[in-house]
Amino acid sequence: MSLWTKFANLFRKGQIQRDLDDELASHIEEALANGRTDAEARRSFGNHTNLRESSQDLKLLTALDNLKSDFTFSLRQLWKNKVASAAAILSLALATGAAQASFRLIDALLFRPIQIDSPERLHLFTLHVTNQDGSPGINDSCEYPFFRILSKAIENEAQALAISYPGRADITYAGTPEMEKAFFVYISGDAFPAFHLQAALGRLLTQNDNRSPGAHPVAVISHSYWQRRFAADPGILGKKFRHAENIYEIVGVAPQGFNGMDPGSPTDIFVPIVMNARGIDARGWTWFRTWLFLKPGASLQRAQQVAQAVSNAYREEQTKGFPAHFSSEMRTKYARQPVELVAAAAGYSSTQQRYREPLWILAILVALVLLIACANVANLMTAQTAARARELALRVSIGAGRARLLQLVLIESSLVALAAILLGASFATWAAPYVLGRISPSFNPVQLDLHTDYRFIAFTILLTLGITAIFGILPAIRASSVKPASVLKGGDSPHSKRRLMRALIAVQAGFCMLVNFNAGLFLASFDRLSHHPLGFKPERVVVLHISAQGNLPATDWDLLLNRVRSTPGVESAALATMPLIASDSWGQDVHVPGIKHPDRSPSFLGVSPGWLETMGIPLLRGSDLRTTDMHPGAAIVNEAFARYYFKGIDPVGKTFEIDGSKQTRKTIRIAADAHYQRLREPMPPTAYVPFHSSQDGVVRNPRQGGTIILRSSVPNALALFPTLRATIAQTNSRMFIANLLPQSEFIEIQSMRERLLAELGAFFAAVALILTAIGLYGVLDYGVYQRRRELGIRRALGAPAVHLTWRVSAQILAMLAIGAMAGLAIGIAGAKLLESLLFGVKPSDWQMLAIPLAAIACATLLAAVPPILRALHIDPAKMLRAE
Amino acid sequence: MPNPLELPQGVLDLLLLKTLALEPLHGWAISQRIQTRTTGDVQVQQGSLYPALHRLERKGWLKTEWAISENNRRAKYYSLTPAGRKQLRAEEAEWLRLALAVSQVLGEV
Repeated sequence: MSLWTKFANLFRKGQIQRDLDDELASHIEEALANGRTDAEARRSFGNHTNLRESSQDLKLLTALDNLKSDFTFSLRQLWKNKVASAAAILSLALATGAAQASFRLIDALLFRPIQIDSPERLHLFTLHVTNQDGSPGINDSCEYPFFRILSKAIENEAQALAISYPGRADITYAGTPEMEKAFFVYISGDAFPAFHLQAALGRLLTQNDNRSPGAHPVAVISHSYWQRRFAADPGILGKKFRHAENIYEIVGVAPQGFNGMDPGSPTDIFVPIVMNARGIDARGWTWFRTWLFLKPGASLQRAQQVAQAVSNAYREEQTKGFPAHFSSEMRTKYARQPVELVAAAAGYSSTQQRYREPLWILAILVALVLLIACANVANLMTAQTAARARELALRVSIGAGRARLLQLVLIESSLVALAAILLGASFATWAAPYVLGRISPSFNPVQLDLHTDYRFIAFTILLTLGITAIFGILPAIRASSVKPASVLKGGDSPHSKRRLMRALIAVQAGFCMLVNFNAGLFLASFDRLSHHPLGFKPERVVVLHISAQGNLPATDWDLLLNRVRSTPGVESAALATMPLIASDSWGQDVHVPGIKHPDRSPSFLGVSPGWLETMGIPLLRGSDLRTTDMHPGAAIVNEAFARYYFKGIDPVGKTFEIDGSKQTRKTIRIAADAHYQRLREPMPPTAYVPFHSSQDGVVRNPRQGGTIILRSSVPNALALFPTLRATIAQTNSRMFIANLLPQSEFIEIQSMRERLLAELGAFFAAVALILTAIGLYGVLDYGVYQRRRELGIRRALGAPAVHLTWRVSAQILAMLAIGAMAGLAIGIAGAKLLESLLFGVKPSDWQMLAIPLAAIACATLLAAVPPILRALHIDPAKMLRAE
Repeated sequence: MPNPLELPQGVLDLLLLKTLALEPLHGWAISQRIQTRTTGDVQVQQGSLYPALHRLERKGWLKTEWAISENNRRAKYYSLTPAGRKQLRAEEAEWLRLALAVSQVLGEV
């Protein structure tokens, strides 16, 4: 019989059965016709059922039948132990749900390829540089004059494409008065043809949209933006909007799935790169990333060599403009910075760089929790199997094969796994967007496409099989090796079975310790970071981003500021080029004549008089600042600046020079140190210079506007927004509020990654503790149950309670302690890998060690008390009679 | 009548193949044929005839078809396939060698 027939027979159960029955019937008829009795005829069949089972045709069918009955039996078994099953399923669901959510996030952010033709050919041009503080860094931004040279030089190996960072831009659609935000990207026109993308509607950008700066006001919008903003209106083509000084016309919709190159910040609007006209010939303004789309068959190594050569030559040229005091080593180092073309099939974004490490750490925590949960379920199932030893022994003695027992227990395991996965999947659907929300600043949300795709389904299937194997196989082997004789006789050696369970407890304790230890580090880091001295007082401070059309006279800004100051509820207000801690910066190299200083540039900030007072930054010496003191060319420096560049000389009244220009600035005051851009770095040297910095009375700010910083006299500063908006609209028609945010939000953004790690760390630590406690309880309880006779006899013979407690718990607690210590040791050793994510904590701090130890000790106590009490309350008389 | 013989392992297959080598037969007829051929010394054991037939069929040595029996009843007829014939020749030779060897030993005693 062919394999196919056998397989087909599976689905023709009825027919085969009929065939067999017909054959038997005809046999009996023949026998009767030949004068035999019915009984005699039947004798040659033997047992009818047996015949059916042993008949080879039906072997698979029997297996299927068995499977069905085992399935039903398993369901019944799980239902019988409702509480235990629910505990197993829930704890697994939590852990698998977390695993699924992590997978969704990690895959969507780090691994899912950009949806273009052959994404594996995508490479990003990066430079390995040295940061201000001497640490190695990656620079991925380029200036257009360099891009032009590179794309020409490398055209045989790769197509160079310039794509800007997705920025939240202010745009206004024709016919609507309101400004709105959209992720706006400048892109080389030839990127779309290179990627073989087809427009969903209209046309995409082409090489022809790349000709002359500022001359191609056309835009392509993304498919998801089209659906979200315009409800997929097919009449969208031709619609116009204003961005900065340009009015763009929408000419097409990009294909579904292509949302730019930055996972986490999907692009809404693409416009030709040459539309950023000021950026095309600007030297020193790096504002986009250079992508290299390798030609088929081209060598990456060759492309890398070309890129390195172009970069070296270009940067060599740049060093010629450096001021005289730059040493020749510094120049050489600058010119020879190594180029790396990074394979980036999944795109490249700051969100990726920022969250790659935290996500992997979370994945490790999740894996540990998952293993703890699996160990728990394994212990639970082992205990249940042991409690069912008699049933299993009976099965063996009436002829069940070992394989059949294995199957029975594995089916039960996979049912638990399946239920947990389904429950976990729904948890994950909620959890993944929740986590995303926790790392999204309100004005710049992180967006990821978290749809269910084949990658997720494959992961889920693998996960199910994996956990079934981890927690199901041990109990199954245990069950299949049951010895009917000894079990039915009344018990095996009680010790043999618990060795494995104890080992699992040690493993659990180790993992639990590891999770708790890391969670402690993350919590402490977040705590230290959020209580880190800022140098200014963010309470009740609000940042108003003002967009200005064109460069406006200083008097316009002053008028606006005065109107804001006189608004009821405003305590004080000032102008600034940008807010503090906004991850925006302005740096210029400076030097003080005659003083050698460390090789780093200070931060600059343009402010109006009253800014220091509004921010709550004290002046250190000298009389109060008068408005007239802030003349162009003046500067207030902070203590760090004085220390770095003046080397202990009193800087007040002294001047410093701006490198590369003839400009000098005179220091008029020293302010206390305050953080400028990042909380994690030491207080940076900063110079505060007048907001109206130019001589001709016009404010030129490349950021197209400025900010008004105000401190409100009411607790809820955001309530001032409607009044302020009206005030500003009345004051100047070329200025409007682009954004209004409390200063505290900028500070929160800085600790968002730490907050995420702290929150999720604490969550997983709690889950790990609960699971470990449940596991410990289960093992102790099982031990007491198994040794009840022995304990009863000891009790009857007068063993003291302490002695019994010791007997029941000593070994298990020792295993627990060994596991926990091993976990702690691994934790301390592994903490080196976390260093970049920690802040102000050392893994060897005694609190960091004591807190997780105490947590585990508490959990142990809670878990151990009920079984020990049970052991002490065994009534010997009753116990022995029951046996 | 003395008790029928217990068949050694594998011999039933050989008997079945040999019986079917002459003509296709249905189950009942096969058991009758073996019984008469061996003058009742061999009785196909209870419950082993059909599993054995199905096993041989599965191995590809027998094929089956439904036909009308001499008693005008529908019955399932078994017949040898070419592979079955080959198997029969092999097993027959094997058995004869074994039988010869055994009787030689017995003859010496």
